[in-house]
Amino acid sequence: MKYLAQQAINALQLGSIYALIALGYSMVYGVLTMINFAHGDVFMLGAFFCLLLIAIVPVPFWVALIVVMGATAILGTLIERFAYRPLRDAPRVSAIITALGCGLVIQNTTLGISPYARPMPHLLDNVTYQFGGLTVTTLQIIIIGVSVGLMMVLDFLIRKTSFGMAMRAVASDRATVSLLGVPANEIIAITFAIGASLGGAAGLLYGMAYPVVSAGMGITVGWKAFVAAVIGGIGNMRGAVLGAFILGAVEVMTVAVLPSTYRDLISYSLLLLILVFKPHGLLGKPTLHKA
Amino acid sequence: MTINNEGIALEVQDLEVRYGGIQAVRGISFSVNPGEIVAMIGANGAGKSSTLRAIAGAIPHAGVIRLGGEVIRTVHPEEIVRKGLSLVPEGRGIFANLSIEENLRLGAWTNRKEFDVNLEKVFGLFPRLRERRDQMAGTLSGGEQQMLAVGRALMSRSKILLLDEPSMGLAPKLVLDIFAILRDINKAGVTLLIVEQNAVMALRLAHRACLLELGSIILTGTGAELLENPKIRSAYLGQ
Ligand SMILES: Nc1ncnc2c1ncn2[C@@H]1O[C@H](COP(=O)(O)OP(=O)(O)OP(=O)(O)O)[C@@H](O)[C@H]1O
Ligand SMILES: [Mg+2]
Repeated sequence: MKYLAQQAINALQLGSIYALIALGYSMVYGVLTMINFAHGDVFMLGAFFCLLLIAIVPVPFWVALIVVMGATAILGTLIERFAYRPLRDAPRVSAIITALGCGLVIQNTTLGISPYARPMPHLLDNVTYQFGGLTVTTLQIIIIGVSVGLMMVLDFLIRKTSFGMAMRAVASDRATVSLLGVPANEIIAITFAIGASLGGAAGLLYGMAYPVVSAGMGITVGWKAFVAAVIGGIGNMRGAVLGAFILGAVEVMTVAVLPSTYRDLISYSLLLLILVFKPHGLLGKPTLHKA
Repeated sequence: MTINNEGIALEVQDLEVRYGGIQAVRGISFSVNPGEIVAMIGANGAGKSSTLRAIAGAIPHAGVIRLGGEVIRTVHPEEIVRKGLSLVPEGRGIFANLSIEENLRLGAWTNRKEFDVNLEKVFGLFPRLRERRDQMAGTLSGGEQQMLAVGRALMSRSKILLLDEPSMGLAPKLVLDIFAILRDINKAGVTLLIVEQNAVMALRLAHRACLLELGSIILTGTGAELLENPKIRSAYLGQ
């Protein structure tokens, strides 16, 4: 029982990080119906930006978080503006190749600069608390707390602000949005910025939790978050969060009972299984909007 | 001869629209005066929607489009809305997963200060929208969706409204309602350019009208004149 509760905390931590990344995939898919394959690499760069920053100035955690989110937001808008926007009306497969290409460029540039995995220095005093036999660390509280906080801010943005309303409208019919005087391109750019900043935050948190940072993180972790977004129903924000926590739980439980080499087998099998029964994901709806 | 554009709300000269190799609009010219209702009728594929979409800045064009004397070249429709012209697109384009009020708020994007006043005006024209303001727009009937699309365009307080087949898919009674409301909107000072396949209704409402065929204007006159025209009577009114 205690063991299960302990694993649940680990699952929440992993799920929170997956959720932050998955939201970025889902937001961009929502507005453009395209998979931003470079997103996992933006997540990876989030961790590297943090390394770079604290190598220059040893800032506290909160400052690092804000700077990393700002830097990845800028990166996200640049990718949108210069790689994706020119191809927005091109055949879908061109957009997919561009996204994959963007990701590979980022990944290999990072690999060139930093060929080996690097340890992430401590940004926090990591205190361990005991609650009736359960151990919880400051780091876990911060990771789960920051993730949940960011998700609540995002939920508020999407549901209650003009930007969120416009974002949902772009998702449903981009051409009509411009006819109303709403600058659809700005809305799309802001969507990329927000998605990328959440990915960047996740990169920083991931780096702190599993304290090595490597250029391949975008693939190994980023793709899992993509799986989570698809499980939940890509394009649906709550689905992305749900899928992420399910995947986090499944992975943690798998490793608890099976050798850890089974982890990816189980997560990808779960994806396939869910898609067989729910092709649009758990909370996704079949798209009704016109072709 | 000098052309005096004063007092012309919208002027189109030698407008051409192409999609790749297809020429949809072949050099048409017409104008709309402030406060007027002009109807453009024509069969499927005549180029009516292309004309409206070009004026609204949604697709590129050749030729000259003047809005209140100013030449329009942009392909960013949001700039045209800021200049006071709105298009209610064919098929309405309402956001099904957004509430009715959110749809109207988006219509007011360029004019958010007077939102409450304009919302009251739109609800005054379309009381059904008030009753359902928090419902998802996708739950509305076809007629109500058309009303929402018109109401949404009015939220920007545009001086010129382009309407692409406002009667499409509506029952005859609803068509009468919509056209009655369009007349009221015009009486309140909004200039209207209406594209219709329902020629009788459009010609009865319009001060002036033109007939578009295969991308060219082949007839112009007052609404009443076109209603009497034998060609129109045989081709569009089935007489
Ligand atoms: N996006 C497009 N790509 C290629 N051709 C197009 C496109 N849109 C319209 N066309 C063509 O341009 C011509 C005019 O189309 P348009 O939609 O302007 O006609 P319309 O008068 O509005 O017809 P309807 O009454 O059916 O709405 C048609 O031949 C149509 O096939
Ligand atoms: Mg049309």
